[in-house]
Amino acid sequence: MDSIVFYLFAFITVVAAVGMVTLRNPVHSALSLAVVFVSLAALYVLLSAPFIAAAQVMIYAGAILILFVFVIMLLSPGVDRGVGALKWQRWFATVFGVALVVELALVLTTAVLPATRGSFTPERLAEIGDVQAVGALLFTDFLLPFEIMSLLLLVAMVGVIVLAKKRG
Amino acid sequence: MVEVGVTLDPLVITILEPLIKSIVVVVALLTAYAYMTLAERYVVAKIQSRFGPNRVGRVGPIAVLQPVADAIKTIFKEDFIPAQADKIVYVIAPGIAVGTALLAWAVIPFNPPVTMAGYTITFQVADVNIAVLYLLAIGSLGVYGIVLGGWGANNKYSLLGGLRSTAQMVSYEVSLGLALVGVLMISGTLNLVKIVEQQSFWWFVFFQPLGFIIYCICAVAETNRLPFDLPEAETELVAGYHTEYTSLKFALFYMAEYINMLTVSAIAATMFLGGYQGPFGLLPGVHWLILKIAVFIFIFMWMRATLPRFRYDQLMRFGWKVLLPLALANVFVTAVLLVLLGK
Repeated sequence: MDSIVFYLFAFITVVAAVGMVTLRNPVHSALSLAVVFVSLAALYVLLSAPFIAAAQVMIYAGAILILFVFVIMLLSPGVDRGVGALKWQRWFATVFGVALVVELALVLTTAVLPATRGSFTPERLAEIGDVQAVGALLFTDFLLPFEIMSLLLLVAMVGVIVLAKKRG
Repeated sequence: MVEVGVTLDPLVITILEPLIKSIVVVVALLTAYAYMTLAERYVVAKIQSRFGPNRVGRVGPIAVLQPVADAIKTIFKEDFIPAQADKIVYVIAPGIAVGTALLAWAVIPFNPPVTMAGYTITFQVADVNIAVLYLLAIGSLGVYGIVLGGWGANNKYSLLGGLRSTAQMVSYEVSLGLALVGVLMISGTLNLVKIVEQQSFWWFVFFQPLGFIIYCICAVAETNRLPFDLPEAETELVAGYHTEYTSLKFALFYMAEYINMLTVSAIAATMFLGGYQGPFGLLPGVHWLILKIAVFIFIFMWMRATLPRFRYDQLMRFGWKVLLPLALANVFVTAVLLVLLGK
């Protein structure tokens, strides 16, 4: 049952991701990206992390991507016909793309992935609740990175306002 | 299921039970939608001193078959797609709108669990631990239907409606989420069943009056109803994001709006007014939830009949400069009080 759901959503994710890169119309690309986010969320649920799944949909699909779509619609850049691409871009992209695929294939076939289980097994998560687990970790072990992240976001926000105000 | 005397495969039960529940919920919602349109016409007519529908299939003063006639009429309208429209986006947008509106109902608890013949039936499609986050996530996806509908039709008025709805819904979503945080801090859980159970005597509205008011305002903005119906403002945008939609696709947008009204009312009832719990623990059951939702729906219609529309800059200023600081202050005060009271 789990594996059927996994393969279904993995398939959707990959197809939508390819669509996001290959589709010519920016709104279609954004839509494919939304599909990627939502089906990734389904995969998170399978990994007994429903909190991450909900956060993923809410933040990425519901907030960030909506703003992308908003900007795309405001600017309405139209369909990308491949003009404006750098001359040698295609060749470089091909070379590096192939290199990356070979590299990934080598790593996946030769490296041994560590098989030790962490302390948060599905049973333990069911017992304490995954929201509680994430929350407790965020405010104990990962407090410093968490605060630095929020500070970074605040600085970015202030920076954007300063830059936007300058022109007016 | 069990009282029939057939032992079912557990896998069949895990698939069959949510399926049956989903069908019941969807049918109930669509029926409610049909009769809400009728009820709205009567309520608005009464407020504006008119008669309202009084021809089709009358039982007493009420035209009970009016929604059926409306549905048949809608089906036989020409299904029009503008020549310059983005066909795929144009077609899937109403589907997204209705789909997300319906999905939210998967986690709403309707009734206390009933045990029958050794089998406990829970009256909600899925009891998940992150139900509140799920509702917020689904709600944030709902805006796609409107935005894509506005963009896909390739019409300036539609696009403006779509853009407005993005800005409006994203802005008010923040305050809406923060208004619910107060309840979450008191209840200490994201599980809607547990939240409802904790309200068996004291509803959370008594501890979160400001949160409740902020939630209600944001909920009206999220459903694009008056006085926040800027995405479809008739006087300036023809019909906003659904200008180019006809026939069943238009009906789907209409349906999404009404089901969203039901959804936000159900969330308000569940989070602040004790869901299926009666006042002071009286006879808990689905009737209380329906009654509470009905009161909210009536207020929605009342506002539509009486209030003028916000101006766009007023809307934005109110959302960001009034509601958001108030919601943040509410969270802060709640946190301080919880710590002081040692909860």
